Amino acid sequence: MKALRWTIPFGIFVVLVTFLWVGLSRDPREVPSPLIGKPAPAFRLSKLQAPGETLGPADLKGSVWLLNVWASWCVSCRVEHPLLVQLAQENIVAVYGLDYKDKPDDGREWLAQHGNPYTASIVDRDGRVGIDYGVYGVPETFVIDKMGVIRYKQIGPLTDEALQDQILPLVRQLQQ
Amino acid sequence: MMALMARAALAVWLLAGAASATTTDPPSPGADVPGMSALDIRLKRLESELRCLVCQNQTLADSNAGLADDLRREVRALALAGKSDDDIKAYLVARYGDFVLYNPPLKPVTWLLWFGPFALLLGGGAIWWGVLRRRLRAAGGGASDAGATRDERARKLLDDDD
Repeated sequence: MKALRWTIPFGIFVVLVTFLWVGLSRDPREVPSPLIGKPAPAFRLSKLQAPGETLGPADLKGSVWLLNVWASWCVSCRVEHPLLVQLAQENIVAVYGLDYKDKPDDGREWLAQHGNPYTASIVDRDGRVGIDYGVYGVPETFVIDKMGVIRYKQIGPLTDEALQDQILPLVRQLQQ
Repeated sequence: MMALMARAALAVWLLAGAASATTTDPPSPGADVPGMSALDIRLKRLESELRCLVCQNQTLADSNAGLADDLRREVRALALAGKSDDDIKAYLVARYGDFVLYNPPLKPVTWLLWFGPFALLLGGGAIWWGVLRRRLRAAGGGASDAGATRDERARKLLDDDD
């Protein structure tokens, strides 16, 4: 009975600390996407650099590609942009851009200014495709496999760690 | 013993009353604002059950974020297309996950969330009950008799007062 006096409060304390430890070390902004493991939602949008041409996920079946959601008004896109430019130079995986809720002129100017790492960018003027992809915080990056299935989603700017530890190993594995 | 149990029962009943008093539904927003159509009222109610992903502690109805505007527009379009509230919620959950719902659905992942408080209440009740019994036993077997005579004495004192 005496032992119980100590073990019960101590047990409650341990449970509480575990919950707080796990809970507080999580980023509440990172909402797990229900789209992982699901086919990339279909769309057909015109290209930013060639408004006469359109592009959709169906055109990219058979290859692994990244979809990077960006905008000229997006401040943290500037943070990740050098990484994307570098990735494009290494020629490991094709990166497509979704210019989200942006004026096409502003988007083109932004790419001219900061460099264009994208194989192509498409224009989501009213953000409707963004909604289909569950976009809520630009920038976001999706990894899409040869079958057109979303395998990974990065919320917020890409980091060197995320790229080296998560995205590129996954891309290499999917490319085989 | 009986008096103690009755008192305990009263305490539980009062606590339950207090708990139910705080969980009564707030009046549905916009219900009595003149000039609102039935659709507006329905959307307002629906949007107040949905979370804005950008400012996470606001409902879709309250948020001024750009995405909230877009989602409100989308919800309205779906409602006008004849979709039910459940269809609209399913549409948003498919894109943003259960997180958009202020009322989390009951499923294995959320069992702890739904039943945890009751488990805690039961656990606390068990501990309380154990402590109570131990105290009674420590006070000696004749505790209830002593209580009864004391009650009697008190009643007599009160009666004599008249």
